[in-house]
Amino acid sequence: MYRTIASILAGAAMAVTSFASAGAGTLEDVKAKGFVQCGANGGNLIGFGATDENGAWTGIDVDFCRAIAAAIFNDPTKVKFTPLNAKERFTALQSGEVDVLSRNTTWTMSRDSSLGLQFVGVTYYDGQGFMVRKSLGVSSALELSGAKVCTQTGTTTELNLADFFRSHNMPYEVVAYEKNEEVLQAYEAGRCDAYTTDASGLYAERLKLTAPDDHMILPEIISKEPLGPAVRQGDDKWFTLVKWTLFALLNAEELGLTKANIDEKKTSDNPEIKRFLGIEGDFGQAIGLSSDWAYNVIKQMGNYGEIFDANIGPSTQLGIARGLNNLWSKGGIQYAPPIR
Amino acid sequence: MNAPANSFVRNALIEPQAAPRNTVGITGWMRQNLFSSPLNGVMTVLILAFIVWMVTPFIRFTLVNAVWEGADRSACATATGACWAYVKAYLPQFVYGRYPAAERWRVDIVFLLLVVGLVPMLIPRVPYKRLNALFLIGVFPIVAFILLTGGHVRLAGNLIPSSLMAPSPLRFAVQYAIIAALIIGGLALFAKLAERPVKGSGTTASIILGYIAVVLFLVSLDFGLVPVETANWGGLLVTLVVAITGMVAALPLGILLALGRRSNMPVVKLASTIFIEVWRGVPLITVLFMASVMLPLFLPDGVTFDKLLRALIGVALFQAAYMAETIRGGLQAIPRGQYEGAMALGLGYWQMMRQIVLPQALRISIPGIVGSFISLFKDTTLVIIIGLYDFLGQIQASANDAKWASPVTGLTGYIFAAMVFWAFCFAMSRYAAFTERRLDRGRR
Repeated sequence: MYRTIASILAGAAMAVTSFASAGAGTLEDVKAKGFVQCGANGGNLIGFGATDENGAWTGIDVDFCRAIAAAIFNDPTKVKFTPLNAKERFTALQSGEVDVLSRNTTWTMSRDSSLGLQFVGVTYYDGQGFMVRKSLGVSSALELSGAKVCTQTGTTTELNLADFFRSHNMPYEVVAYEKNEEVLQAYEAGRCDAYTTDASGLYAERLKLTAPDDHMILPEIISKEPLGPAVRQGDDKWFTLVKWTLFALLNAEELGLTKANIDEKKTSDNPEIKRFLGIEGDFGQAIGLSSDWAYNVIKQMGNYGEIFDANIGPSTQLGIARGLNNLWSKGGIQYAPPIR
Repeated sequence: MNAPANSFVRNALIEPQAAPRNTVGITGWMRQNLFSSPLNGVMTVLILAFIVWMVTPFIRFTLVNAVWEGADRSACATATGACWAYVKAYLPQFVYGRYPAAERWRVDIVFLLLVVGLVPMLIPRVPYKRLNALFLIGVFPIVAFILLTGGHVRLAGNLIPSSLMAPSPLRFAVQYAIIAALIIGGLALFAKLAERPVKGSGTTASIILGYIAVVLFLVSLDFGLVPVETANWGGLLVTLVVAITGMVAALPLGILLALGRRSNMPVVKLASTIFIEVWRGVPLITVLFMASVMLPLFLPDGVTFDKLLRALIGVALFQAAYMAETIRGGLQAIPRGQYEGAMALGLGYWQMMRQIVLPQALRISIPGIVGSFISLFKDTTLVIIIGLYDFLGQIQASANDAKWASPVTGLTGYIFAAMVFWAFCFAMSRYAAFTERRLDRGRR
């Protein structure tokens, strides 16, 4: 009897499992189901991927997914977020659970080459930095000689720290803890002079201090942590679409196109803007979209700078300066190939 | 016979005297229980001092210095006490997770139905237990499933090749009918070959198959509810779904496994033993991790299996193995005479188990069963490692919110989580103690 029940249940379970794709491309699947499935940070990384107290998603990574939805559907709400943690994010992308992974993921060679995924670009150039008390009177990491530095054990931050101090011939002392909370507590209690982790994390952790304004983040970045969205390997059409959505955001900022002025710029004589808005050429069709795809992205979401400022920029609580993430023309390294 | 008036015998009782002052009242109680010897006196003072030393800062943090009102982190940034304003602001998310706000009434209805079904079930005096159980086990899960997910499951059926019939609910129905016919036919054939009718098995199979058909039909109906993916469930909702499903599925499975392990049939015994030992030998984290990260890689491309479902199956099987061992302990405590007496009465195996052995064995196992339920309830917090945001996970995630981040936000969240978990577990434990006393009446 029980065997029969078991076999029925097994049969039913097999029949119920959904067969998502029938070999068509991701873009066709996305168009068919009517939304983009986006893997976001479930652990609430403020400014990148987080839900607020009303359950609404905010952050630069999340907005990038909305930009993709705007490019495809001209509707940034046609996106569904799957909260993912660090361990399962790649599996979720590989197994087709999500169409794009936009979850503050560092682009490295091993991930790009062996995990069956492709990074489309960099949405945020992160890197390890230092936070110190303003009262310490230090304005550069190079003045930290002999400092006690708080960090988390067993992470690459500890290695980067050692490399940095050794290469500059500066003595230092590591105060390492297992958990992030302990590190911050030790720093707040004055057991160390500086606190080091990825710069984006420093800004978020600073808010957990009693008086965030008494602390500052030093300008030096001592490691490379380029964060960017990734897609599954083997679907070049989708890869190109996601990649050019990012480039559209960057190009719009360079061309001075914003959410507010993009409608008046339609009359512009600048050929680059004309191509961007789809008035000249049909670059949209080449990636399977309408010719005004880039216009839709900017109209709905704003350009890269606007997204940056709204989520993590100086006017937000995080207050992150553009720094490396400024356009190449303004002293940063954000650079996008032209649309032509 | 009247005593002479000048007798030495008293003819009235002495008025009762009050007990010595130092044996009654608070002082007496204290002398007896707290200061009965110098050593005990010293111990009492030390322990009291320790309690005061421990509890005072806790009360100061959670009550005296706590911040009760506020709109954002500025209220709590300089606080030296708990930031209850943050818990208040985030409470809906702690309960529903990322479940869309407009659809939360569905979760409320499920919670309400659960209480309506469970409370009368737990109070022994309330009648209609059979109907009540039928509602809880047969009806409630279906309603909860439809309400929580939105129902409208697309059944396509994939056993019949697409060349014969396009994927559709109809194909699924045809396929289901064929399987059902095969099963009933198989049972009939078996009965004929074995030349002894397997009593009632045909009817039972028909009822079960019919029930499954009704369930599948209901979940495939479109009730016009917005679908809510399980990825957006969270908070207390996920904790309760995982814990309750785990408990409900593990108990019957555990009983079967325990019986299997004590069976005389070598294959059944071996299979049960292997199942139990394998699942008990693996940490729950590993089970969850395998279910979440490895399983999708083994499945063919494009086939996705709901993450919550994977976790539920993993938790249920894991818990069943523990449950089996708890119940086996109960079975072993039943004296041989009970089995022999049952057999002497001419009862078959299942009758003996159902009428004689299991009722006694389960009663003995109650403390163990509740113990493993409580540990399961707390173990549900492990689902965070596979990216399901249960009650604790949601609290941890929310503590990062820039709007509320402060030195005390995280601590407040943990204290709140501890209080809620304690309330649930304590209630379970008290109810178990009550049941034990009630069932144990015959032995006192």
